[in-house]
Amino acid sequence: MSPLEFHDLTVSYRQKPVLYGIDACFPTGALVGIVGPNGAGKSTLLKAGMGLVPMSSGWVRFFGEPLAKVVRRVGYVPQRNAVDWDFPVNVRDVVMMGRYGRLGLFRRPGKLDRRIVEDSMERMGIGNLGSRQISELSGGQQQRVFLARGLAQQADLYLLDEPFAGVDAATEEAIVVLLRELKQQGRTVVVVHHDLGTVERYYDHVLLLNMRLIGFGPTQEVFNVENLRQAYGGQLNVLSRLALQRARTTEG
Amino acid sequence: MNSEVFIEVFRDPWLLEWRSSLLLVSMGWLVAIACGWLGVMLLLRRIAMMGDTLSHSLLPGLVIAFLITGSRATWVMWIGALVAAGVTIVLIELIQRYSRIKADAAMGVVFSFMFALGVILITLFSRQIDLDADCVLYGELLYLMVEPGVHWMGVTLPPAAWLRMVVIAALVIVFILSLYKELLASAFDNDWAGSAGLPNRFTHHTLMAILSLTIVSAFEAVGAILVVAMLVFPGATALLHCRRLPLVLAATSFHSLVISLAGFHLSIWLNVSMAAAMATVAMLWMISIWSGQKIKSKKKDNLTCAT
Ligand SMILES: Nc1ncnc2c1ncn2[C@@H]1O[C@H](COP(=O)(O)OP(=O)(O)OP(=O)(O)O)[C@@H](O)[C@H]1O
Ligand SMILES: [Mg+2]
Repeated sequence: MSPLEFHDLTVSYRQKPVLYGIDACFPTGALVGIVGPNGAGKSTLLKAGMGLVPMSSGWVRFFGEPLAKVVRRVGYVPQRNAVDWDFPVNVRDVVMMGRYGRLGLFRRPGKLDRRIVEDSMERMGIGNLGSRQISELSGGQQQRVFLARGLAQQADLYLLDEPFAGVDAATEEAIVVLLRELKQQGRTVVVVHHDLGTVERYYDHVLLLNMRLIGFGPTQEVFNVENLRQAYGGQLNVLSRLALQRARTTEG
Repeated sequence: MNSEVFIEVFRDPWLLEWRSSLLLVSMGWLVAIACGWLGVMLLLRRIAMMGDTLSHSLLPGLVIAFLITGSRATWVMWIGALVAAGVTIVLIELIQRYSRIKADAAMGVVFSFMFALGVILITLFSRQIDLDADCVLYGELLYLMVEPGVHWMGVTLPPAAWLRMVVIAALVIVFILSLYKELLASAFDNDWAGSAGLPNRFTHHTLMAILSLTIVSAFEAVGAILVVAMLVFPGATALLHCRRLPLVLAATSFHSLVISLAGFHLSIWLNVSMAAAMATVAMLWMISIWSGQKIKSKKKDNLTCAT
């Protein structure tokens, strides 16, 4: 059963469609990069999947079921800037929220939950920051906290929205290691990604998006000049041209 | 302040009339805790205006309930107020859902409309109605002392309004502690909390229901001004200096005690309404905590500069 399947998904913001007829069926255990220019609808695709924006047609299934039925198996890590960082919680509190969905109403976190939280922080290299108030974190540390919260959810499918935005090389490396670990454990990971130069190294599958689905499949088949040109049109900047160059040489 | 006044303001109430002093201070504290704890939740959700909105929107409910039944009995006013609160909450949600108007503007719109409706109704039917507007707005804790105690199994308990407030305060505390996870997560990151399967709507609606109940009960005892003040001051003061939610709630309870005790003595000293005195003290108290914060952080800065 595919962990994530979109069928004929269309999403509009105030009558203006931003995603048309997306069909995609994600294989289990894949590490998928979602790539496309700004405003392509990458975040919207994840949000529509998670039921955070209404879709005007089509459906989404997780593990063959509607989201509500399998919500504990799905972990969503939103873009980092979406919260008030002055909120009166420390790092440990935020990571513990990852356990809340599993606990259910009126149940308090127990020993197991606390251990999972410590492990998740350790794995993200923020084990020593547990008591830090979240406003006292750097951007990279904030991203690690969000990922640790996701880890604490122990989901089988992860949807990450731009985890690499604004992080330094060390954090980027730590996140890549995490993604590979999750894949090795048989989990499916879907990542919105911006840096075309690293797509081939990081992901085994790529979904190219620009309002429509341009291409979806194993990286070496889909990540090619033609598709990229279709997705980015005239907007290809120097960096992406570089990537194209490389795509060309590997092809030739 | 000479020593005679000092004795009259600070000693005598506890020596000569300790029963009524205790009743008043504890009533102030109960209201401040119930409103304060809920206020923390509103502040964290950035809907602190909700208290203001609800307490002003009750007016048409009170008037209509009176016009229908011709009675001013407590339970009639209660039902009128609760219905008005429900209508207000639904209107705000509808406006937010179906237009691009944001939460704060939606609250402003609904609250002015409801209040205006109340004023129009009062003016139209002024002959039939004699609602004491001053009492509604400012309330009067002192009425507590003329209200008879409740007799139960041979003992005389404190007045009904006080007992009701005990129940409400307990309800608020139990509610916040038992929905702690859901309240925390949805206030911090509403979309994410929904994506993780937490019941955001249930949490929000329960919060609103308990808020309405609290406002209506407190309103009857202490008036709208104090309710609105206590929804904001204790929580906002605690958020100034606390970095974790459990500490915020503990500090809110402490600030509530300070405010009601100091407000009580101020009201005796100046011979003014206790509700107004409490609201004044709350502001002064918040300013002193804030100045303390500033001085402390300055000292820290100096230290770090020196090293
Ligand atoms: N809340 C909203 N209301 C109206 N339009 C929106 C809203 N959110 C996004 N859009 C529009 O939808 C389109 C897709 O936005 P989305 O955020 O999904 O793009 P993205 O691919 O994630 O872009 P980026 O790379 O900049 O993050 C954009 O044209 C954007 O203007
Ligand atoms: Mg985006």
